[in-house]
Amino acid sequence: MSSAIYERMRANPKFQELVAKRGRFAWTLAFVVLSMFYGFVMVVAFNPAALGQPVSEGSMLTVGVAVELFMFIFFWALTAVYVKRANTEFDALTQEIVKEAWKENK
Amino acid sequence: MMRRLTQLTAALGLFAVAAMAYAGGPLEGITEKQATNWHAIIMFCIFVAMTMGITYWAASRTKSTADFYTAGGGITGFQNGMAIAGDYMSAATLLGLTAMVYTQGYDGYIYMLAFFAGWPIILFLMAERLRNLGKFTFSDITAYRLDQGKVRTMAAISSLTVVCFYLIAQMVGAGQLIKLLFGLDYNVAIFAVGILMMVYVTFGGMVATTWVQIIKAGMLLCGGTLVMVLAFSQFDFSFQNLLEKATAVHKLGAKLMYPGSLLADPVTAISLGLGLMFGTAGLPHILMRFFTVTDAKEARKSVLYASGFVAYFFNVIFIMGLCGILIVGQTPEFFEGGVVGAKMIGGGNMVAMHLAKAVGGNMLLGFLAAVAFATILAVVSGLALAGASAISHDLYARVIMKGQASEAKEIRVSKIATICLGFVAIVLGILFEKQNIAFMVGLAFGVAAAANFPVLILSMYWKGLTTRGALFGGYGGLVSAVLFVVFSKSVWVDVLHNAAPLFPYTQPALFAMPLAFLLAYIFSKTDSSVRAGKEIEAFEDQYVRAQTGYGASGASSH
Repeated sequence: MSSAIYERMRANPKFQELVAKRGRFAWTLAFVVLSMFYGFVMVVAFNPAALGQPVSEGSMLTVGVAVELFMFIFFWALTAVYVKRANTEFDALTQEIVKEAWKENK
Repeated sequence: MMRRLTQLTAALGLFAVAAMAYAGGPLEGITEKQATNWHAIIMFCIFVAMTMGITYWAASRTKSTADFYTAGGGITGFQNGMAIAGDYMSAATLLGLTAMVYTQGYDGYIYMLAFFAGWPIILFLMAERLRNLGKFTFSDITAYRLDQGKVRTMAAISSLTVVCFYLIAQMVGAGQLIKLLFGLDYNVAIFAVGILMMVYVTFGGMVATTWVQIIKAGMLLCGGTLVMVLAFSQFDFSFQNLLEKATAVHKLGAKLMYPGSLLADPVTAISLGLGLMFGTAGLPHILMRFFTVTDAKEARKSVLYASGFVAYFFNVIFIMGLCGILIVGQTPEFFEGGVVGAKMIGGGNMVAMHLAKAVGGNMLLGFLAAVAFATILAVVSGLALAGASAISHDLYARVIMKGQASEAKEIRVSKIATICLGFVAIVLGILFEKQNIAFMVGLAFGVAAAANFPVLILSMYWKGLTTRGALFGGYGGLVSAVLFVVFSKSVWVDVLHNAAPLFPYTQPALFAMPLAFLLAYIFSKTDSSVRAGKEIEAFEDQYVRAQTGYGASGASSH
């Protein structure tokens, strides 16, 4: 693969924009997932009794089950948000970068 | 080709007949003989016939190496999402996790969240780079700018180790299942699975494997949902009602819904969480699926669909396991000698199957059994394909032949490798008969997290990674993870019959994974060779390709 065309893409300010925007977005979402998940694991490890409490008096639904169910839904919602933005905004930007690098080539 | 397939189909037909004859005979070890379940046998035969048809069709479309390894890269996001879900929701998941909820309650649910939480991370940090950089195997990425021979050898060895661990879980599940259903000898069942898998993969390659996955994922979702709905309806779909009754009869009592014995100490809990989350991102048969789609856009969509199916199904399993406590756990006919609390017929992993029988009779049992069997075949096929591609694409074509092998030869080698792996799977399945299968899956993930994930993620994100660092990180992670497992209670005591474990924890990830990262870092940083300098320079181009997908291998046209 020609190194020159990669060089031109890298020089394009749009490339820097893509990398910065997408990177920030992806890492923010990853951070949310990781901190929630490992926060949960820490509670499992160090304070398991807290998860066994009922959400309200007399209810059999425990805090642990409720929190987990929420995480299943919330994490999936985050993947949907990422896919939506990446497949529209970021992909459009990527296509522009590739097209511009090609144009300069001619 | 056609004649060979016909012969095989005939042989399988014979096998089914033999199975039926067998089931009528006296059996050792099982006090209560299993009646031949015709529904299960018929549905299983229909599935095998259908998948054989697909394999035959796929064989005619599998010509190039791209067809064989990645179905030509032309699978859509939705199809691939189904197939990934199919790969991921193995029989070990269905049987093992239902059993885990049945015996441990809430612990099983924690396990499932850990299995799931890796998916968003894969999407955010890996999916598009994987697709943009890889071609057939994930070593294409780790070896992208590093020494091809050495790094690929390392990646192939760790891939094969993970594949073997995972195969154990699948084969054990298969053996127990068929034993229960057909009254067949465990070893015969193991052979049947191994041989069917060889047929799918050697003839149909990735095209057949993908479609087997898609069909079985659909069947699994439908079958599981049906059992869950029928079982849950007995409690008027009230979680409150279900739990009140379950905690009243379960031996754990109110502790059923507390994190419990499985994650007894913090170290095990954290280690398991790490292993399951990052292990997903290091499983060769899952990573390989990212190369079957056309571009990064479809790769992202596949994760969205796959994780949706997986999250849904885990919650279905949770309800199934809880219902099983009452519906299966209180019914004498499911226990040996007809005594509640005795050993469960078919072994502890059979809760889901008994539940299906209890709520839907033989028809539903038959269907779910056929689904579970299909699941095992599909996952084993995916694993075998990943293992075979590590041997043929990485070791043979790139390391031994230095890229000079013809496509036809490479495919032939991968077919031979598939057959060898089939026999390895059979032997391992027999050796590890007594293991809890969800636990074995946990170990496979632990090794994947330590051996594959660190080097893969560093090669995509860290400019400074050199060949030397990758080798130390990869081998270090692999060796330490395997040793931790071997010295832990589950192997050192339970399999090798020693008195006490040398390593106190059962989950290796917390120790082996940081070690792999550390080794990769230290040995890259101290690498001042000319070669290392060039490798670091080459990162720039790799980085642009990873971000934009420019130069990525596209879908081959048919």
